Amino acid sequence: MTRSNLILLALVVGIAALPMVGGSYALRLGTIACMYGILALSWNVVGGLAGYPSFATAAFFGFGAYTAGVLLGKGVPLVVSVPAAGVASFVLACLLGAALLRLRGHYFAIASLSLIEVFRELVNNATDLTGGGMGLNIPLTSTAGVMADATFFFYVMWGLLVGTALMVVVVAGSKLGFGLACIRQNETAANMIGLNTTLYKSVAFGLSAGFVGAAGGVYAAWVHYIDPSDVFDILYSVKPIVMALIGGLGSPLGVLIGAFVYLGLEEVVWRNYIQIHSGVLGILIVVLLLFLPHGLMSLRSQLLAWRPKRV
Amino acid sequence: MLAAQVLINALVLGCLYACIATGFSLVWGVLNVINLIHGSFIVLGAYLAWGLYQSLQISPWYALGIAAPAFFALGYVIQRLILNRVITAPVLVTLTLTFGLDLILNNAMIYYFKADYRKLTLTPPMGSVSLFDVVVPIDRLIATASALALTGVLYLILRRLRVGRAIIAVRLDRDAARLMGVDVNSIYAIAFGLGAALAGCAGVLMALIFPISPLTSTAYLGKAFVVCVLGGLGSVSGALAGGILLALIEGIGSALIGPAHATTLSFALLIVFLIVRPQGLLGRKGFE
Repeated sequence: MTRSNLILLALVVGIAALPMVGGSYALRLGTIACMYGILALSWNVVGGLAGYPSFATAAFFGFGAYTAGVLLGKGVPLVVSVPAAGVASFVLACLLGAALLRLRGHYFAIASLSLIEVFRELVNNATDLTGGGMGLNIPLTSTAGVMADATFFFYVMWGLLVGTALMVVVVAGSKLGFGLACIRQNETAANMIGLNTTLYKSVAFGLSAGFVGAAGGVYAAWVHYIDPSDVFDILYSVKPIVMALIGGLGSPLGVLIGAFVYLGLEEVVWRNYIQIHSGVLGILIVVLLLFLPHGLMSLRSQLLAWRPKRV
Repeated sequence: MLAAQVLINALVLGCLYACIATGFSLVWGVLNVINLIHGSFIVLGAYLAWGLYQSLQISPWYALGIAAPAFFALGYVIQRLILNRVITAPVLVTLTLTFGLDLILNNAMIYYFKADYRKLTLTPPMGSVSLFDVVVPIDRLIATASALALTGVLYLILRRLRVGRAIIAVRLDRDAARLMGVDVNSIYAIAFGLGAALAGCAGVLMALIFPISPLTSTAYLGKAFVVCVLGGLGSVSGALAGGILLALIEGIGSALIGPAHATTLSFALLIVFLIVRPQGLLGRKGFE
């Protein structure tokens, strides 16, 4: 295991201490931080390792949220609903991936964007099951009180983040991760030497979607109310990409740090400029892409590269 | 008679969809950029028509003449100052960048115009024509004719003018065009400007038919996606075929299985087309 992956796991474990130091606000922020971490790390498997510009994160986030939401509404306990949402997303993404991942570049980006629209409209129209545009109320899972509830969901989301981080580390060190890197560098050549590229890409897409879907499930149970325009928001697809770009594409540690930095920026903007927060996010994206295209992690190597010259 | 009405509605709407999509398709084909600001340009064009009519009583037909140069300039500047810096970057970067620009423009519009729906209402109203039982409002008919004319103008620019041939040359092979003395960066900016101008004009026409709100920009963008993929990238005739096909599918789909499912149907078709026939109905690489 590389040093940066060790730091990654240490960072993730360190977050668990948050409830001991912070109040309810810190808990809420911590839960969102874990959720963003899951989304960004999962996206990195497809977008960073395999190099496919996937905008499908929001589709599987919403799919997981609704799967878990509907199950919880029918009285299925949380310990079953959330894994079910994850597994359902995994299976669905593997199947869709086998078809969609044959597209490359712009066409794949458009197809994955359209997936969000299709899912959102399907949920919007399946009023009997999902409540349609009125949204879905999800029953409270416990009656232990607000703080206990917040702490509980923080640890659930954190547990999922631990799972995602482990998945990313395992994938990066396995044959799958090596295969994905080959696909990113030259897919045709990878195919030529006998790599089953369709299988590798589909599994990567499925793993990514599975954890995103489970995060959507936890989110649904946590906020108790979801509606299509909330969970199928295209921003859930773009935010992980921005986080990965902040941190630097490909490196899981960079991506996770990017997620936390992004959350910090978002929180500052939300609190101070509520009316123009999406515009400020836009400016952030533009400035980032124009002036820091390789992310914060590239600054470190630049600094290291400068040092010998000064000496 | 219902069938005839659905057909006529689809033709009328289809030409407007084609007008939306030609600019998007031009930018995608020439710059290799999926331009997510396109939808917000359309809405901004609609606000321009609305504002000119409300404050100065300038009719939307004349507003087209103001919108085209204004949006061309806007697009030219955006391309030169911002997009040109990352034009060779992978799709992830360019797409996310235009998404960021779209967030800025859309937020600015929500800030200034609020998210309320507005409507441009011509006084006196122009009425409608009816042939047998098929009814078409006259303003809608003129909007369709203008949309067709705009698409035709783009076709002529690409076909007849020197700069149009240069745009096609860059689209076919950037490096060869550069070797032949074409200033590629300036062609990129002109192509993006033309795309923006078409979006702005489409917005002016849309203001006559649909309510105006910043929130509608994603719906327009979605139409542009679907039309481009259905018709095939890069040709004006492809955009026209795709536009009419999409309007027909939506019209027939609404009539048969209900309007709620029309959007689902069009996007599902988009994904099927991407997988089965990514070059679209009439797509050929770089031919114009």
